[in-house]
Amino acid sequence: MTYEAFRQFADSWGLLFMVILWASFVLWVFRPGSKQHHDDAANMIFDESENDG
Amino acid sequence: MESLTLKVGSLLVAAFLAFVAAAFAVDTGFAIHMWIVVAAALIATFVIANKTDFAALARFGAVRPDQSRYDDDPVRWGVIATIFWGMAGFLAGLYIALQLTFPALNLNFEYTTFGRLRPLHTSAVIFAFGGNALIATSFYIVQRTCRARLAFPGLARFVFWGYQLFIVLAATGYLLGITQSKEYAEPEWYVDLWLTIVWVAYAAVFIGTIAKRKEPHIYVANWFFLAFIITIAMLHIVNNLAVPVSIFGSKSYPAFAGVQDALTQWWYGHNAVGFFLTAGFLAMMYYFVPKQAERPVYSYRLSIIHFWSLIFLYIWAGPHHLHYTALPDWAQTLGMVFSVMLWMPSWGGMINGLMTLNGAWDKIRTDPIIRMMVMALAFYGMSTFEGPMMSIRAVNSLSHYTDWTIGHVHSGALGWNGMITFAAIYFLVPRLWARERLYSLRMVNWHFWLSTVGIVLYAASMWVAGIMQGLMWREYGADGYLVYAFSEVTSAMHPMYLIRAAGGALYLAGAAIMVYNVWQTIAGKTRDEKAMTDTPHDPEKDRPIVASTTVPAE
Repeated sequence: MTYEAFRQFADSWGLLFMVILWASFVLWVFRPGSKQHHDDAANMIFDESENDG
Repeated sequence: MESLTLKVGSLLVAAFLAFVAAAFAVDTGFAIHMWIVVAAALIATFVIANKTDFAALARFGAVRPDQSRYDDDPVRWGVIATIFWGMAGFLAGLYIALQLTFPALNLNFEYTTFGRLRPLHTSAVIFAFGGNALIATSFYIVQRTCRARLAFPGLARFVFWGYQLFIVLAATGYLLGITQSKEYAEPEWYVDLWLTIVWVAYAAVFIGTIAKRKEPHIYVANWFFLAFIITIAMLHIVNNLAVPVSIFGSKSYPAFAGVQDALTQWWYGHNAVGFFLTAGFLAMMYYFVPKQAERPVYSYRLSIIHFWSLIFLYIWAGPHHLHYTALPDWAQTLGMVFSVMLWMPSWGGMINGLMTLNGAWDKIRTDPIIRMMVMALAFYGMSTFEGPMMSIRAVNSLSHYTDWTIGHVHSGALGWNGMITFAAIYFLVPRLWARERLYSLRMVNWHFWLSTVGIVLYAASMWVAGIMQGLMWREYGADGYLVYAFSEVTSAMHPMYLIRAAGGALYLAGAAIMVYNVWQTIAGKTRDEKAMTDTPHDPEKDRPIVASTTVPAE
């Protein structure tokens, strides 16, 4: 693979792949029903009954 | 017994190999380093053999650690090491700031020149102070958020002491003139190999603890720590690929050359900022700020978006260190564009941290530790705005190679990394040593103000110095010649250098107060002092209103 071909692959398909990956990670956070899960996760560090100082 | 034999045996083999390397050394610096390794291995052997209870070992075999207790010894050592190396690094920083102001302080002695003390300062504050803070807090947080005792206790102790050996080898190497001349990656090949071993052990302890967690969800702070550990391993290995001239000598040559080497170096250098000084310290922020504020993080969703955006964007930002160089234009533009985009997740994270205090803003008035955290977040926001701006090519043409860069780095390092670490130390010390409270909250307040004024003096003087320097460098006269000589620029900056040193002195003074405060807290003392706030009460005014003109009838 030449330098030119490599660079063109990186700034087209490579870039697209990264953007899709990032966008799907972000959209996953907003999946329906995730609110309770995130609230629990945020409050987990305060759960004193679970031996946490 | 077998594990003891293995430990002592391998330490003695290491001491012997280092002794052989010292005997065959081709340069003095390498020989001194190998003698340091011999000494470290022998001290470790002596300590391990000395503290082992052989009678108990013979009767009951190896004692298994109590899994119902957190393993906090390495955390306690880490907190003390953080404070110790912090003081060393701040002192070295103040000294080199004074060297720039008064060059006579170079002492005309090769070991104390600015060129050798400057990497000593940067490595001491970033890798010794910051690194120990990261190791200590990651061991503390991963246990609490996984509700599991640290995995591989022996390996965790190896990580701590192995990292201290790395620091000693790096620091003594700089003074001896051993350097591969890569910024923030100065240590030579054998010290790099040692750090690789320590770092893999660190990853094993951290990931091992996550693997044995009792809590199904992995808290977001651990995501940041994990990204920091894995990325630093990758950056460290790739940027330090080198061929040593002799296996008994300190000198090596990098695997890359020219612009490839420069790009690899700044891919490493900027991600050391992004993953060591940002992701790792954000992990501290996402645990300690909610804990100290006693409120969950403002938006857990935002914290995850903050994480992924930071990971996806930071890794491409490095080329902005190479504007107007032989690096292809498209790569420079790529670095600039990704740096500007980074502004958004950075501010998302800052807002997330600050808004955690929503509904508890009064804590800024009453709790000096919260005050430090808020100031840390404010400086995180300021430096992550300033950085993208400086990465724009047109701005960079003025700011690059000037003291503006130094000012920018220090508003991030002193403001963000320093303040959040101090806050974490004040949070941890009473808990780790089972003390009711800190020795003095008012001293925390003093520390806060001394640091804040110190940073303001530092950043403001470097803005003025840097912009003045950049403008003087590019000033052309009518005849097309440069107007100012290098010496004129230097002498024009002298007052700003004095102000910068004053700022550094204040920052060091604040840290000295912390040393005393932490020392007294560990000693179990509490200072008899007035509370930070008291709600005023005037019994004279605590009465109902009565109409004064009419006298009530009997």
